[in-house]
Amino acid sequence: MDFTLKIWRQENATAKGSQQEYKVKDISSDTSFLEMLDALNQQLVEKGEDVISFDNDCREGVCGTCSLYINGEAHGPKKLVTTCQLYMRSFTDGQTIYIEPFRANAFPVIKDLVVDRSALDRIQQAGGYTSFNTGSAPEANAMPIAKEDAAAAFDAAECIGCGACVATCKNASAMLYVSAKVSQFAYLPQGKVEAAERVLNMVAQMDTEGFGNCTNTGACEVECPKGISIKNIARMNREFMCASLTSE
Amino acid sequence: MTKLDSKIPEGTIDRKWENYKSHSNLVNPSNRRKLDVIIVGTGLAGGAAAATLGEAGYNVKAFYFQDSPRRAHSIAAQGGINASKNYQNDNDSDYRLFYDTVKGGDYRAREENVYRLAELSGNIIDQCVAQGVPFAREYGGTLANRSFGGAQVSRTFYASGATGQQLLLGAYSSMNRQIKAGKVKSYNRHEMIDVVVVDGKARGIITRDLVTGKIERFGAHAVVIATGGYANVYYLSTNAMACNATAAWKTYKKGAYFANPCFCQIHPTCIPVSGELQSKLTLMSESLRNDGRIWVPKNIEDVKAIREGKLKPTQISEENRDYYLERRYPAFGNLVPRDVASRAAKERCDAGYGVNKTGFAVYLDFQDAINRLGDKTIRERYGNLFDMYENITGDNPYYTPMMIYPASHYSMGGIWVDYETMTTIPGLYAIGEANFSDHGANRLGASSLMQCLCDGYFVLPATISNYLAHDIHTGPINTNTPEFEKAEIDANNLIKKLFDIKGTKSVDYFHKKLGLLMWDKVGLSRNEKGLNEAIAEIKTIRENFWKDVKVTGKADQMNNELEKAIRVADFLELAELIAIDALNRNESCGAHFREESQTEENEAKRNDNDYKYVSAWQYTGEGNQPTLHKEELTFNAIELKQRNYK
Repeated sequence: MDFTLKIWRQENATAKGSQQEYKVKDISSDTSFLEMLDALNQQLVEKGEDVISFDNDCREGVCGTCSLYINGEAHGPKKLVTTCQLYMRSFTDGQTIYIEPFRANAFPVIKDLVVDRSALDRIQQAGGYTSFNTGSAPEANAMPIAKEDAAAAFDAAECIGCGACVATCKNASAMLYVSAKVSQFAYLPQGKVEAAERVLNMVAQMDTEGFGNCTNTGACEVECPKGISIKNIARMNREFMCASLTSE
Repeated sequence: MTKLDSKIPEGTIDRKWENYKSHSNLVNPSNRRKLDVIIVGTGLAGGAAAATLGEAGYNVKAFYFQDSPRRAHSIAAQGGINASKNYQNDNDSDYRLFYDTVKGGDYRAREENVYRLAELSGNIIDQCVAQGVPFAREYGGTLANRSFGGAQVSRTFYASGATGQQLLLGAYSSMNRQIKAGKVKSYNRHEMIDVVVVDGKARGIITRDLVTGKIERFGAHAVVIATGGYANVYYLSTNAMACNATAAWKTYKKGAYFANPCFCQIHPTCIPVSGELQSKLTLMSESLRNDGRIWVPKNIEDVKAIREGKLKPTQISEENRDYYLERRYPAFGNLVPRDVASRAAKERCDAGYGVNKTGFAVYLDFQDAINRLGDKTIRERYGNLFDMYENITGDNPYYTPMMIYPASHYSMGGIWVDYETMTTIPGLYAIGEANFSDHGANRLGASSLMQCLCDGYFVLPATISNYLAHDIHTGPINTNTPEFEKAEIDANNLIKKLFDIKGTKSVDYFHKKLGLLMWDKVGLSRNEKGLNEAIAEIKTIRENFWKDVKVTGKADQMNNELEKAIRVADFLELAELIAIDALNRNESCGAHFREESQTEENEAKRNDNDYKYVSAWQYTGEGNQPTLHKEELTFNAIELKQRNYK
């Protein structure tokens, strides 16, 4: 398969970026999207040019590092997969593919397709934990948890923190991301003790970082590679409401 | 020369850890804030250690090359984590977990370390549950378990097929709490380029900021290496793209011994190689072997028809299938340890029974389990793995068997450490996959998560105070010393040297070449002739790399090619040590199979008379043969036997 690629190039955070055109030829349909970009980078090295920077690591869809906006969709056309799990069989021979970074005010570009997502870490630091020091934990089976609650907590906890929800949202809101963590703890008895403080602090940090608000469009859920449900946002709103009413 | 003292505490095996903790030096909580600890790597081991040392009150500086600690490759572990809780009432115990782990490692692990691991395994589960890790549960609300290779009890705790992710996010959350508390300072996109040794003690590191390219110095009273393993030396592996051995290798070149480098695990159940541009291999969790049956056709004509697309695996009748693991190992069947399963797959494929176009694949079939338990149960257990398989290959494993083949996965070998996880450089520690101590010659499934968290949450935090207790009057570490100066200059020179070559071949070209060679001659099966050839060829590839590599871009900006070049330069040196160690160890044990040492039935034959030791290699300068130090292994709590899974 042959492709024309229109790729965002930007030397650093302050430089002006632009779209550059590249061609790749004879790519097998079983090649992954990132392997196709590897092939392009090999061409660039041969020509002595600087390679295109793009974040990636595990290449099995779980680390959340890869982050491309492909033909106007976060992680490209296939549902429920990250960019690294996207294969060229999802495209047609001769197609033009637009590749851009995940864009949001809170995600400044570092270089080319790489953005700084450390705002997402800072939200977790604001409250995405339980306060048990190592060694102080009670016996694991001392706290029975209903199978369905554990499963629901797991579904929320599957979020890989890639930021596709933010990149997709017209408001660049991080509500899906934040609500996934809040929900995980809301389902579990371990999370109850610090529930109010957690949701208030995480939401406050989210606002400080410059993420937009939620207007219930639902695009985040559609593009989430892990299928995190927007029901989590409703649950977070409930948690937030209760916490606001009861906190001092 | 450093004496190899593993510092095993007094007492019977089940009392040693208790004895150690009761008699080690402590640091008063008010003194801990005067002490700095550098942790390199924030996966399960490093993340857990950063959180725990922060909670204890030390000043932690955590470095990692990823953009967030949550991205470390521990996240990709699928199947589970072992613990001797005996929740299933199947006679599990600390001793049995210890026994299975030592036996699984083919009696090449240090028994005292393994016993401690088993002893602490239950506490790990408690800790993770308290963090909100959503483990799978039974209807009554208690924790669920499943079985894994090399064990006859169910002691594996899991969170669907994403156990590593959930455990890492647990450690990450604890670390985040300490970042907020100001006890952990986190440095993302920073890669360690060197360790700095002052007056014989590890006192800091040199890093490269992967965004700005800046080379920086950081000082601390102790340095902890938690940077994982070196499976990427094979180029194609189940490791993440950026997993590398640079931090570990640089400590070796500064005097830390490197132990058992030839023990590299080849995982039996990975998706086979499909094309030239392939950049990594994807693992299908070992847990699949609980319900999946591995087979190839009995008749070579069927194999041919399958490869030509004239026959489907589902059309081959039961009596024409060779369930070769069940045939060869009736007691353990599909749940034999990884090394045994991998070699058995290779044996069938080498005999011509491989079932895909390349001839390097066997079937992993769920039809029996689906018939017995139904789609729904199988989906609950392995849903995400089946989806992943279908997405990558385009085949649906609910209807047709998976195709799998072994791939490089994990390194049991690593930096030599004593009972305290301290290396031969005082003040330098190595934890998790980066060290060598617990898995012997072969790691059992669901044991890597256990070891990483054990080291990070419990072992290192308890042992580091024994060393730091002597440093309470030292004061902050000054980085304006000749040692730091030199290490910084060396790092800058290395980068300049790489740019100045201006050759014709990319970094990947050399890495791929090295990988193929390693797979071919230092892979699943090794012999003297091949290893000698490999050592010569690695040297040639390395020389060509330093003559002809082309690194584009600039030093003072994000530059993925430069990052890769620095890592591959180290792989090219480490590869040689792996081959040298494999050549020295003329016995078959665990993942290391020497063709010269096998039984009449082609099973691995260990040689306890000559090789019952850990090989710890000392760097002796560029171009020189490294010096071998032997740590004799003694087994007091366990009887030495040839492994038998029949």
